[in-house]
Amino acid sequence: MSAARKASTDVAALPWAGPERRYDIVKEFVIALVVMAVLSVGLAVAFSSPDEKALTFKGWGTTAPENFYATAVGELAGTTESAAYGPPYQEGDGLAVGPLRPQKWMGVRIPVDAANDFVITPLKSQEQPAEVTSAIAAWEGATPDQRTAWATAYDDAVQATADADGALHPDQAATGDYGPVPVLAKALTGMAASGALDGAMVAQGSFYGTTDNTKQILFMGDGSYLDDAATAQNLQGNTWGMMNGTNSYPGQPWLWWASFWYQIPTFNPAEDATTTTSLQDNADAWIFYIIGVIGLVIIFFPFIPGLRSIPKWIPVHRLIWRDYYRKHGNAHLV
Amino acid sequence: MTAESVAAPAPPAAGSELTDAAAAEDGRMWTNRLRNKFFGTFPPEKLLPDRQPAYVASWIYVFGVACLAALIMLILSGLWLTLEGPSWYHTTSTGHLVNSIHFWSVQLFMIALVVHLWGKFWMAAWRGRRAMTWITGAFAFFTSIGTAFTGFLVQSNFESQWIAFEGKDGLNAVGAGAWFNVANAGQMLLLHVCLLPLVVGLLVVWHVLLVRKHGVVPPIPLKHDPADELAPGEKVQS
Repeated sequence: MSAARKASTDVAALPWAGPERRYDIVKEFVIALVVMAVLSVGLAVAFSSPDEKALTFKGWGTTAPENFYATAVGELAGTTESAAYGPPYQEGDGLAVGPLRPQKWMGVRIPVDAANDFVITPLKSQEQPAEVTSAIAAWEGATPDQRTAWATAYDDAVQATADADGALHPDQAATGDYGPVPVLAKALTGMAASGALDGAMVAQGSFYGTTDNTKQILFMGDGSYLDDAATAQNLQGNTWGMMNGTNSYPGQPWLWWASFWYQIPTFNPAEDATTTTSLQDNADAWIFYIIGVIGLVIIFFPFIPGLRSIPKWIPVHRLIWRDYYRKHGNAHLV
Repeated sequence: MTAESVAAPAPPAAGSELTDAAAAEDGRMWTNRLRNKFFGTFPPEKLLPDRQPAYVASWIYVFGVACLAALIMLILSGLWLTLEGPSWYHTTSTGHLVNSIHFWSVQLFMIALVVHLWGKFWMAAWRGRRAMTWITGAFAFFTSIGTAFTGFLVQSNFESQWIAFEGKDGLNAVGAGAWFNVANAGQMLLLHVCLLPLVVGLLVVWHVLLVRKHGVVPPIPLKHDPADELAPGEKVQS
């Protein structure tokens, strides 16, 4: 059948030839605008909006200094999440779904050197005691292998101090040859507790500072401080956190169809799981591909045979147009 | 050049042939072609109709215009926030109120948008050469989600810190994070107040023009027409 003939038989494509009614479209819009204005202003006055203060390195350094200290050691050792994240921060493979490795293909566009960016550079941005200056010089004068040997040995020693609740006690770490690492970690913890680290991370040696907060976000996420605060606010991804806001405000509930996939065990291992599947290891990639496919299905729905007929099979339209059907039946529709 | 010289075209030198040639030349002008195309497709009675088909009589139709109304509130409150700068709402009560209006406007906008989308789904509103109307609406929906997402990222509070930290992983996993860096507050702010609202606005205008062009989709024909079950002479209308 030619396109022209098909169109001529498609009543829905033809100009409407049936009964009409008065419809004041401008009045409808003005009323809608007034209603929305009243609703949005009313809700704003009645419920305000969420604005939980941003976490700071000062807060982390004062309320959880052991965790901050251990994280600083981990940054030097390269054992934290962001130190060994892979693309786009460092070389690596990234996540994959079959042969698809776009994370790797995009390369290192946002370089992050955790040891230098999170520890050494901030320390060097301030005047430091002689002990710390010497420690920085020792670190910078050492070979990469020596740095790794010092930092990983101390990282292991600190991690070994974990108690039954997982809390670390660096002051109980076994003695060993850790080079300048303990001094560097202690100095950075002091800098954090004083508030100086917050300024140093933002300024990054510039008058205007940076509007790119990648390094701060990555560093703060390496410890438990940010994670614990998110758990307390019910914001974790595996508890529908995408849809929640702080202090019981709504977040982005329209993302339920994306958040849903993070709730199912196929992608989200149990907390006490000792092993994980490839699907779980690459869950972010899988889920974002699923989200993409869902998006494409919605966009191109009119062209998908079968799916596009669902509204005809499930007659919600009988409710929507019940008045027309009651008065006119199929008149002008076929 | 005087007004008279513009208003008085030179008389044709050789009868109607040149008049026709001038008219043809006028017709080839880009300006005239655009004007004729636009106003031919959208005469005033189509752009601002005072009549609609009788079937346009359901509460579900309210949610389309509700989206537009909420979008206006979003733009107005967003412009106010833009004029004052990104720190203003943290430090003043007026700023916090305007931010709250912006916050609730987006909640209302998304509620209206989702209901509108479901309504159009159950109407199979892509019928009758209206596929592009559906597609522009779907793109507007997803672009709105992106705009709202960047809005949550530029709050410069704990929530934006956490969303940046959590949101980066999925985007990085598909390679998008290398270009769309949710931890880069400056990039997110510019996207949120400039590029994405512009895209949403253009999509919405395109979508509305398509609705005006093709009209509101008529009802899906019933499988069993009530008229078929009537006694001879009996009318459907009650």
